Amino acid sequence: MAFSAKIIQPLSLLSPRSDNKTNNINNLSSPFVGSINKLRLSTPIISSCRTHFGSVAAVKSDVIKDSKKPKSDTSSNLLITKEEGLEVYEDMILGRAFEDMCAQMYYRGKMFGFVHLYNGQEAVSSGFIKLLKKEDSVVSTYRDHVHALSKGVPASQVMSELFGKATGCCRGQGGSMHMFSKEHNVLGGFAFIGEGIPVATGAAFTSKYRREVLKEADCDHVTMAFFGDGTCNNGQFFECLNMAALWKLPIIFVVENNLWAIGMSHLRATSDPQIWKKGPAFGMPGVHVDGMDVLKVREVAKEAVGRARRGEGPTLIECETYRFRGHSLADPDELRDPAEKAHYAARDPITSLKKYMVDNKLATEAELKDIEKKIDEVIEEAVEFAEESPAPSRSQLLENVFADPKGFGIGPDGKYRCEDPKFTEGTAQV
Amino acid sequence: MLGFIRQTVCNRGVSVSKSQLRFLVPGGRNYASGAKEMTVRDALNSALDEEMSADSKVFIMGEEVGEYQGAYKITKGLLDKYGPDRVIDTPITEAGFTGIAVGAAYHSLKPVVEFMTFNFSMQAIDHIINSAAKSNYMSAGQISVPIVFRGPNGAAAGVGAQHSQCYAAWFGACPGLKVLAPYSSEDARGLLKAAIRDPDPVVFLENELLYGESFPVSAEVLDSSFCLPIGKAKIEREGKDVTITTFSKMVGFALKAAEILEKEGISAEVINLRSIRPLDRATINSSVRKTNRLVTVEEGFPQHGVGAEICASVVEESFEYLDAPVERIAGADVCMPYAANLERLAVPQIEDIVRAAKRACYRSTSMAATG
Repeated sequence: MAFSAKIIQPLSLLSPRSDNKTNNINNLSSPFVGSINKLRLSTPIISSCRTHFGSVAAVKSDVIKDSKKPKSDTSSNLLITKEEGLEVYEDMILGRAFEDMCAQMYYRGKMFGFVHLYNGQEAVSSGFIKLLKKEDSVVSTYRDHVHALSKGVPASQVMSELFGKATGCCRGQGGSMHMFSKEHNVLGGFAFIGEGIPVATGAAFTSKYRREVLKEADCDHVTMAFFGDGTCNNGQFFECLNMAALWKLPIIFVVENNLWAIGMSHLRATSDPQIWKKGPAFGMPGVHVDGMDVLKVREVAKEAVGRARRGEGPTLIECETYRFRGHSLADPDELRDPAEKAHYAARDPITSLKKYMVDNKLATEAELKDIEKKIDEVIEEAVEFAEESPAPSRSQLLENVFADPKGFGIGPDGKYRCEDPKFTEGTAQV
Repeated sequence: MLGFIRQTVCNRGVSVSKSQLRFLVPGGRNYASGAKEMTVRDALNSALDEEMSADSKVFIMGEEVGEYQGAYKITKGLLDKYGPDRVIDTPITEAGFTGIAVGAAYHSLKPVVEFMTFNFSMQAIDHIINSAAKSNYMSAGQISVPIVFRGPNGAAAGVGAQHSQCYAAWFGACPGLKVLAPYSSEDARGLLKAAIRDPDPVVFLENELLYGESFPVSAEVLDSSFCLPIGKAKIEREGKDVTITTFSKMVGFALKAAEILEKEGISAEVINLRSIRPLDRATINSSVRKTNRLVTVEEGFPQHGVGAEICASVVEESFEYLDAPVERIAGADVCMPYAANLERLAVPQIEDIVRAAKRACYRSTSMAATG
């Protein structure tokens, strides 16, 4: 491995994993995990790394040899139904169109500060989040616009938050990197990498606590934590893998490995770049999946969510994906090899899904075009809404610091306790 | 205008050994036989017990809180009573478990996170500030974080530099946090109950050397719904010549200093701040307007300390009332040494407070005087 080489070979050319020439969704003989064979996490497939837990499967792509399947001709072999396919397609188009519009608005000066775009990674967001219920939680990093959109936060609210208006999902107080929505259980939006992972683990802890201590028997909410390859070298990540596996928390750790942390290549920063291997070291399954293929992602996600809901504990899923743009809109993106970018651009998740749906007669070109038009309108409306919304008023500056407005603690009668004269001096005489 | 800051180098004076200090219960008067005494440790334990039984969403998380009965025995008996689901022993992962507690608080559980000492909170400070304190603001009120971070703060006895820092000033600077520093058992009980019931993140700074001290408690304090208001200071001793503001262990020292000053004809008013954030500026200022002189006492580092903030507040609001420069007593501007005599020099002692009060009253003599 050339540590100092500026041009880093894309991971695919080093490992037998992604066979770029023939890789399209129809190729079910690819060595990837996300095939129509159910992911057998219960059979002990011991990979080259040793684990103490025989029942934990580290699924390695070159260990599973899928039998060659013919091109799907019966509908039962399809990975997705028409409704699901259209839902996922629409979500991915929404994510892409939204981020493209963000770039436009940024260069026109409507958006400012740090903006991190998600182009190219839509398969991960749509593949995972579309399987969740409203009560399930999602925790993300600063690259969180599309996670919020997939979870259900309206595009108009996200757009106006980015414009810094009072109608944003956080009233303009959070910004691009801090998307919160209590209604849709989007728990942020964190600027520090690794910061969201313990918070997500805590949300999963709550789910378990509610079931076991508060006796809410049907509480099976799961939490998904999204983070990148750079985060996987951070201490908090390992602390949470340990505790999540120790306490069998219903959490899914999703690594969006896009190979680059700003300008630091994953290979230059990591002693063992295969992140999925870190799962079995802590006693949970570690899975690698092609993150540019939304159907494969969805397969893997379904297994992991099922595991979590049944109380079997956490899963670590590494999605090999790529961001088409720079780290943020301020990043000149000079260090990445154009050949690598072209390689992944050819594997655009949206075009792949479109091809799959059309080839398998799940939808016509016209239907998909309609969806794209519809999303264009949604985005236009979102921009208009954001433009016309008012900026936050001056009085909003000091609001929301505390849940109880003055921060003095509210007594049982609803008044500020410190205003009760009985409490002025305390009671014991000294 | 503001040239008044003195160092606290205690080079002479009556040296009071640590064992003697333990018997210097503030006041030391006789009480009516009805008054019960309670140690701070028992006060904290009973507060946790009552809050946990009142609300099943309250749980305790930290190192050694369960089977070890608490590193300082504050959580003694709680594991047996509430089980391992609610009294959770964690691995040594401050950043991880603090973040987990914050995530649980996002979903309206009420965690009480124990740090074995607040020095270890530095490993988790990202979560205390960035994901707990700032969340209500960043989410515009959608997500409040009803969490309590508690543990011993400040200097203990001979524990060295990395176990002796006082964090009142650092946490007190952050909007979004409430910072409390109890002194007596009544403070400990009332403020901890208020903190657990509070919907916002609270940093609860205890003091290891106070855990074993007993204080009288009235029946009202022992009531299970007893609560003290956050943001309200207590005037421990009324006086008219000089105001001494202080918190935590230094309250005891200040009260003893006030006794000594009484004999010299100086009547000191001692204010127990109880709440570092929000600071009770109203009480402090009205006291200064009465006495016209101020001495701030704290154990932490002098620069950017709590005393600095109080001084600025008084200068801003009650400048015309000051008859003397504000005297600021703080720990020495070094990290805590290990040797017992050096440690004594690095922390304010009673005679430092006495000398400062006298300086504020223009009654001082030269530095070589014995307090």
